[in-house]
Amino acid sequence: MEHLTFDFPARRTVPARVHVGVVGSGDLEVLLAPSDTMQAHVVVKTSVDGYAHIWKSVLERFFTRYDGAASIEINDFGATPGVVALRLAEAVERSDSGAGDNA
Amino acid sequence: MSTYTSDSNAAPAFVARQSFIELTARERARHLLDSGTFRELLGPFDRLTSPWLPLQGIVCQADDGAVVARGTIGGAPALVCAIESAFQGGSIGEVSGSKIAGALELALRDCERGKIVHPVIVFETGGVRLQEANLGLAVIAEIQAAIVALRRHVPVVGVIAGMVGCFGGMSLAAALCTRLIMTRQGRLGMNGPEVIEQEAGIDELDASDRRRIWQLIGGEQRTACGLADRLVEDNAEAIVAAVRDAFAGGVPSVHRTEAVDHYLALLAQVDPSAITPESMRGLFAAEQRDAAGSAVTIKEFE
Repeated sequence: MEHLTFDFPARRTVPARVHVGVVGSGDLEVLLAPSDTMQAHVVVKTSVDGYAHIWKSVLERFFTRYDGAASIEINDFGATPGVVALRLAEAVERSDSGAGDNA
Repeated sequence: MSTYTSDSNAAPAFVARQSFIELTARERARHLLDSGTFRELLGPFDRLTSPWLPLQGIVCQADDGAVVARGTIGGAPALVCAIESAFQGGSIGEVSGSKIAGALELALRDCERGKIVHPVIVFETGGVRLQEANLGLAVIAEIQAAIVALRRHVPVVGVIAGMVGCFGGMSLAAALCTRLIMTRQGRLGMNGPEVIEQEAGIDELDASDRRRIWQLIGGEQRTACGLADRLVEDNAEAIVAAVRDAFAGGVPSVHRTEAVDHYLALLAQVDPSAITPESMRGLFAAEQRDAAGSAVTIKEFE
């Protein structure tokens, strides 16, 4: 298991917190919530060791389009970069549409 | 291409229906509760995760694989505990099991005060989480005790939709439920097929023989033998309707697991050297028809 953290600049606040996905084989869960500061912060826990450089690339690409000050937690169980990108997009879509979780 | 028109009514029924099996635990709970009433307790943002998995290098899930939700079913206060099969095979750890046991105990407290809460458990589990060993087993015992205490006040309804099924200690918890709803895809048994093959050899059971396995422990067989009460299609609407029916049936005078003499007498008639899925159906189902008004609840649904 590997524990990675990343920080990215942000320009706007996040309207709602959301939870998507499941820590199942080849999948991951994303907890996206408003950050305390005008900064995006990502914590990744992944079952697959040695892929920090891939996570950095995937997240850098994601944050070229996303500018929310989000605190993002990812619990990963061997998702491919494509699945990671889709789950992040799903979380952002639900958060920005205001369909936040009451949980 | 030309067989499909823009009219959505033209789609075959199996395309239009919402599969229950394909839903996650959270979506299942949301479907079972009346629209708009889903309120999750100890959800992912409460981050109540297993303290034991990280010590063994395993990534946690923020809800530990158990979704506990309050809301209403048919307007009446209800509790749904749904197990997420995709996380660690739906296994019951100290935290996920405690969430379910705690929720059932709170429902019990409400029932004892005269405020009836209708409990549903959506089983999708291989049983105890081996990484948490005795702590998982202990909490499964708490779940079982809570079901037995609750079912005196209100029917406790279990759903086994598949595709994991319900095994190990949690199969006993399912058996303790007042009424059990299964799909054809669901399976209910103490030991899973792989475990039996590993421990007793491939001559005992070939775990890759799917047809055989479903003949033995699938929802159709379990319902035909009276060990589950209702067989439904994999259709969210049908399962919601079956859950409502199960509550409408009320608390039976004798629960299945209290009919000890009845089942001991049946087991005494089983010849282990000649047992087949068909003979089990003949024996268990025939006895049910004879024992009118007995503990067995299958008749109430027919």
